[in-house]
Formats: sequence, C-alpha cells, structure tokens
Amino acid sequence: MSEIEFLEWVRGPGFEIATVIFIAGVIIRLLEIVILGRKENLAEAKGSEMSSGLRTIVTRTIPDKGAFKRSTFTIVAGYIFHIGLFVTIFLFAPHILLFKDVIGLSWPALPTPIVDAFAVVTIITLLAILIHRMRDNVLRFLSTKEDYLVWMLTILPLITGYMAFHRIGMSAPTLLAIHILTVELLLVAFPFTKFMHAFTIVLARWYNGAISGYRGVES
Amino acid sequence: MTDRSSDKEKTLGDALRSQGVSRRSFLKFCAATASMMAISPAMIPKIAEALEKARKPSVIWLSFQECTGCTESLTRAHATTIENLIFDSISLDYHHTLQAAAGHAAEEAREVAMKENHGEYLLVVDGSIPMGDPGYSTIAGISNYDMLMEAAEGAAAIISVGTCATYGGLPMAKPNPTGAVSVGDLIKDKPIINVPGCPPIPVVITGVLTHFLTFGAIPELDHIGRPMVFYGQSIHDRCYRRPFYDKGLFAETFDDEGAQKGWCLYKLGCKGPTTYNACATTKWNNGTSFPIEAGHPCIGCSEPRFWDGGGFYKALSMPTQDIGKTAVYTAAGAVAAGVAIGGLNKLTKSGAAAAHDKTTIDDLEKE
Repeated sequence: MSEIEFLEWVRGPGFEIATVIFIAGVIIRLLEIVILGRKENLAEAKGSEMSSGLRTIVTRTIPDKGAFKRSTFTIVAGYIFHIGLFVTIFLFAPHILLFKDVIGLSWPALPTPIVDAFAVVTIITLLAILIHRMRDNVLRFLSTKEDYLVWMLTILPLITGYMAFHRIGMSAPTLLAIHILTVELLLVAFPFTKFMHAFTIVLARWYNGAISGYRGVES
Repeated sequence: MTDRSSDKEKTLGDALRSQGVSRRSFLKFCAATASMMAISPAMIPKIAEALEKARKPSVIWLSFQECTGCTESLTRAHATTIENLIFDSISLDYHHTLQAAAGHAAEEAREVAMKENHGEYLLVVDGSIPMGDPGYSTIAGISNYDMLMEAAEGAAAIISVGTCATYGGLPMAKPNPTGAVSVGDLIKDKPIINVPGCPPIPVVITGVLTHFLTFGAIPELDHIGRPMVFYGQSIHDRCYRRPFYDKGLFAETFDDEGAQKGWCLYKLGCKGPTTYNACATTKWNNGTSFPIEAGHPCIGCSEPRFWDGGGFYKALSMPTQDIGKTAVYTAAGAVAAGVAIGGLNKLTKSGAAAAHDKTTIDDLEKE
C-alpha cells in the first residue's frame, strides 16, 4: 500500500468504520444506562431531584477545597490537559472543516500558532500525568491496563498531529495518515473504555445531585 | 543518414553556438541550473565544461497511454528559452508526436537509434502501460509492453515523464479499465528517474538532463523515485500563501473576500500539504505563476493516485466519503438497538423480581 493509498483509506473506509463504531457504541451504552434507571425510592421526597441534579452538573466542575488540597497535581494537570484537548480538537481550522463536513456546523478557529502551543502544553502535561501515575504507589496499584491504554490513545493523536503539522520524520501524506489513524483508534476504543466519561459525567453528576435533592440535603 | 551522423558529432556547445546562444547566456543558464539544483557555485564551471563537451545524447521517447500533455508542456515555450535550446540539442531520435517520419520509417529510426547507441541512450517514457489487454494501446502493431521492454533493455537510464508513466496516473484511476501500470511496476533493473506531474514542469526535465550530462549519473531521488532537488519540499512548505494558513485566514469560496485577498486555499481542497513538487518555486510559463497563484487549489498531480484522492475540492482534513449520512443511519440504528437492549434488561429485571421467593421464618425453622 502506497502512502497516498494509506491516506485515502484512513480518510475513507477507515474513518467510516470508526465513526459507525463510535456513534453506535456511545448511543447504545447511554440508552442502556438511562433505561435501566434506579430502584424506586420509597422514602418521602424532601426536595426537588431535577433542580439539585442540574445544579450539581455545573457545581461539581469546581473542586472543593479539601479535594483540591489532597490532589492538587491531579486536578490542575487534569484541567490543563482537558482544556488543551478542547482547544486542539475543536478550535483548529482543519478540524472544524471535518466537523462541518460531518455534522454541518462550523465555528471560528484559533490562529494555528496558538493551537500549536496548546498542543505542546497538553503533550507535556499528559507525560507528567503518566509519570505521576507510575511514581505514586497508590495510583500505580489502582491503575489497570485500560488506564494505560486510554492514556496512550489520548496522547498519540496529539503527538502525531504535532508531527504532521510540523512535518517531522516522515513524508507529509504518511504523517497525516498516521494522525488520522490514531484518532480512529481512539474513536473505536471510546465506547468500550473510560473515554465514555465524556458523556456519562453528565448522568453521574445529575444522579449525585438528584439523590441529595430528594433527601433535601446539599450536594 | 550522413547528415544525421554529422549532426551527432556536434557537441552541445557547438549546437548552442550554432543557434546563436552567447557564452554569457550559456553561463547564466549553468549558474541558474546549479542554484536551482542546489549544487555548489564552485561546480558552475564544471557544469559549463561538461555541457560544452557533451555529445548530443540519443534520446528515445515512447508515448503510451497518455494525452500528450507532457509533450505539450515540455516543448511549448512561449519564448525561445535556453532550456528549450538544451532540449532541442539532444538527439531526439524517436518521438512519434514530434518526428516528421511516420509508419515504417519512424519505427526504423527507433530501431537504428537503439542499435547504434545500445547501452547509452536515454529512454523517456510518458503514459502508462495497459496490462489488461495489449490491444488497448499499440504502436505500429507492437504492444506498449513489448516496446517498453525492448527499448529499456539497451537504455542507460529511464526517465518516466508525467504521472501516468511514473505512477499510473489517469488510466490507472479507479476502476482502471485497461489494467494500467507504471514504468516502475515493470522495470526493476534500470535506474529510473520519476518526473511526475500532470504535466510536469519543463525546467525539471532540463535540470535532470543537465545533471545527467554533467555528472554522468542520475540525481539523488526520494523514496518514490523523484529527484530530491525538485520534489524535496512540499507545495505547502514553499507556498507564498502559507502565512495565511498559519494565521488561519482562508478563502471559503472562489469569489469571497478571502479569495480576493489571496488567502489560503486549504478549505477549497488544496492538496499542497501532501504534494511534493517545485511549482511554488520554479513556477510555470517562464516563471509567471502557478495554480495557487492563479487562485486555484493544488490538485496534487505529482503524487501517486491523485485522481482517487477523494475529490479535488474536498479539504484534506475532510473524510472522502459522505459520513454525515452514515452517521445519521448509524444513530437511528443505535437508538433502536439501545431501546431494544434496554427493554430486554428491564424484562430480565422484572422476571427476576417475579421469580423472587421471599424467605419466611417458617422456612428457616424447618432446617
């Protein structure tokens, strides 16, 4: 397979396969969770589930003081790389073109040097996070193969994207093809791994808030 | 016959002088060639000397499944350029579009040239070779495959000109009805210089010829056989519109404000980032401009399989297929499947609840 054929495959059939697995997997998993529901609570309701649930989705975004003190690195690094991912994925002009082509919506892009800087910071942060995970005894003990797989699938598109943009090491078509392929691997793994938190975080926070709301306590 | 042999005795220097090319413009050409090919300026006298003394090399040009665009590109200069003269000064012994002879006389010229210069002539090929059925393209009743194999046998080197000869080009595009293949697919035991492009830039071929005449060897090639000096950098890397790409300023349509201001054509499908060629630096029509300068995105014509690359006007970051439709169908299917699975789970749950037996004190006391 020549490099252009490789690029053609990842832009064509490869991307289609990945998209189908991603969309089907995410929707089926979410529906399963929602339809299964929770056990009926026989106690009398002391407050609203809905308002407390919705409020908690937002309030949990800010860590409480105690948690922040205990795991400062995890929270700060976590924020940095999530914001970095958001900027590199959603505010890079060629990526916006992809979204426009698939979902029909587009929005303004950031200048490429800024996105580039975000990518570098994100890559460094993810490396620091891995080192932290491996050096901390408790974290290392709690880590599963999936955790390392997810870390790998997150950093690979960033590194390959950076290499493709700066044309490091290989020819441009090969670099671009490898970059797209790593994103496809991420999409395929997404519904079956903890990547799902990108969607389930909303449900989880709502349930947490709703439970407290029902009991009439602060969440 | 005698005329032709005496013509062949002439060196390139003689030929250029007889056409009224001054020493000054000849050296200018040598210097330009050296700088273009990134050769040290110290080599300019050597290039001049080598070209001066070079006997007109015999060149056999075979045209297979092609559109003659390559020949048009390489021979049609608007003004007489020195590159053109160099090109005129090779002994083009066979080229069925350009030669005056026809029929048996033409084929005889090819056979004589092959015999007289066996092991020394340059073979230039444009067009792909049909392997599906030899009858798709024949010359004087000889299949393209047979003619290529016969001519390649005695060639010093082969120059594949145009994307059809180098990588299959248009004839090899899906569904490849003629079973077209490239020269490199068939010949493995000769040095092959690939000069792709649809068509390739004229100055590239004179550059390759100059290199061959000066050093007696083929220039450094990249991993798909292209001379590094011309195909070493991508269009994108040398594009004068690159600053707009970096700033994120793009033309969205062919007639919007961005297009008028000369912003980057990435969104209009420009293949510059994945295309290696010299268009952005040497340009076309005596250095006038190149497609991007004229406001059209690069279509990637010097890359293999560029016809099948998902459409000339689709940006590189876009999928080549209509994913939107697939996504909608998938989502619809997944909702149905998710509801069905959820329903099954509920059934299992209620079934389990119904089958659940309560243990009473009596049950426990039985033991």
